[in-house]
Amino acid sequence: MSDNDGQQFDRLPATAAERTVEGRASREEVIDYFEDRFGIPPETFADYTFWEKGAGKIWIYAGEASTPLGIEAIGMTCLRTRQEHWKPTTDFVQRFGQFATDCVIELEREQARAFAAGEDQNLEWWDGDWGYLIAAHELAGDLEPLGIGLYVHGELRSMVPKGRQRDI
Amino acid sequence: MEPLERYRPIIDDFEAFLAACERPLGNTVRVNTIKGSVERTLEALADDGIAYEQADWNPRVVRLETDSPGSTWTSFHGLTHGQEEVSAVPPVVLDPQPGERVWDSCAAPGGKATQLAALMDDRGTVVANDNNLGRISALRFNAERLGATSLAVTNADARTYSLKRFPFDEFDRALVDAPCSCEGTIRKNPDALDNWNEGHISSVSGIQKGILRRAVQATREGGTVVYSTCTFAPEENEAVVQHTLDNESCRVVDFDLGLEHSPGLSEWDGETFDDALERAARIYPHQNDTGGFFLAKLEVTAE
Ligand SMILES: C[S@@+](CC[C@H](N)C(=O)[O-])C[C@H]1O[C@@H](n2cnc3c(N)ncnc32)[C@H](O)[C@@H]1O
Repeated sequence: MSDNDGQQFDRLPATAAERTVEGRASREEVIDYFEDRFGIPPETFADYTFWEKGAGKIWIYAGEASTPLGIEAIGMTCLRTRQEHWKPTTDFVQRFGQFATDCVIELEREQARAFAAGEDQNLEWWDGDWGYLIAAHELAGDLEPLGIGLYVHGELRSMVPKGRQRDI
Repeated sequence: MEPLERYRPIIDDFEAFLAACERPLGNTVRVNTIKGSVERTLEALADDGIAYEQADWNPRVVRLETDSPGSTWTSFHGLTHGQEEVSAVPPVVLDPQPGERVWDSCAAPGGKATQLAALMDDRGTVVANDNNLGRISALRFNAERLGATSLAVTNADARTYSLKRFPFDEFDRALVDAPCSCEGTIRKNPDALDNWNEGHISSVSGIQKGILRRAVQATREGGTVVYSTCTFAPEENEAVVQHTLDNESCRVVDFDLGLEHSPGLSEWDGETFDDALERAARIYPHQNDTGGFFLAKLEVTAE
């Protein structure tokens, strides 16, 4: 097993058995995670590849590329691995969250506003899982994902990155 | 406005042109169809009480009545992206198709690169390059916010661009939205002409020629290259295309444009250009109440 090189993009191995880099997640594990946690159907990702650049940072990409690849970016960062609880990114959730059926917390307008502004809020009524949730609200007649939140002890913490927070 | 006087002989209704250059520009956004349909986005804007008007030439380009287009729900969700109306023209003229390999040689901060991805239904490969690392962070931010998963971002000088890092050796299409003297952005940046001088025009035109030539070389035979600038200076527009015609295998082709415009010039300052340059388009601010722009569409031919 070799160590992760943080300077280049490496395509994830298909399965754990094909792993050659210590601690690297496999494509299968990533897709299983999105299905187990959020109910996102695995077929959603049929035309995408997953890559690691920077320890634990997973990227999702729709284009062509060979591995390894030393460029600035491909597609978008989607998930943080190499930690106890994996954490999806807000940008990923906004892009693919509409396919989720589980761990989606639906917010009222005012709560959505606080979430978009990066505020934490007490939401005792949630009786689903703790941990990372997809926060969503109704927009033009459909549920629209806002971003990723962390729910613990009756509180939903907005994980929307500083640069993405807005006062709406 | 002094530097613009040199265009008096080539612009019809020059007084209307100057008057338009003095007026500030309204807010326009492009609907990002990677994240949602035009109908749904317009409904979300209406629900928020934001008045809008769709551009005649492109239903995805929308003028907004708001002072803070960045703090709307549609912007937060990446359903809209602030982009000047004329700046949405080059990707439409390039007309990329899903699954293709497309090069955006001067891509930061990414308005057009993400529009290319949207036009391709976010399928295929859009290589978004810029030589300025600082501007690349803005490009990456916009790409992620807009959910463009088909973008690959590189940081290199487009004049000597190498495709070695990719598993293909030519592009189907390329966009050269070149660095320029930016005269046409005067309505957005009132100080755009403060450092104007002919020396700058001549040095930037050298860079433009290098980038456009490389774009033609890197595109397959039969492929398309669009050259655009947000400036009026013929040295940076027709002369750059002429130089490329003289040195590379390509020709200037016609294209439809739903906006009022003038043809490219056949001569400037004693230099004459190929008749085909009349197929290029000059968009002046008074014609559609926008910023200024130049566009030429090239087809790569056999050597
Ligand atoms: C007009 S701006 C591009 C705007 C961009 N197409 C958009 O729609 O957001 C021109 C860009 O060219 C870049 N540039 C300048 N010289 C370059 C070169 N030699 N190679 C690549 N990019 C260059 C600049 O950093 C600048 O970001």
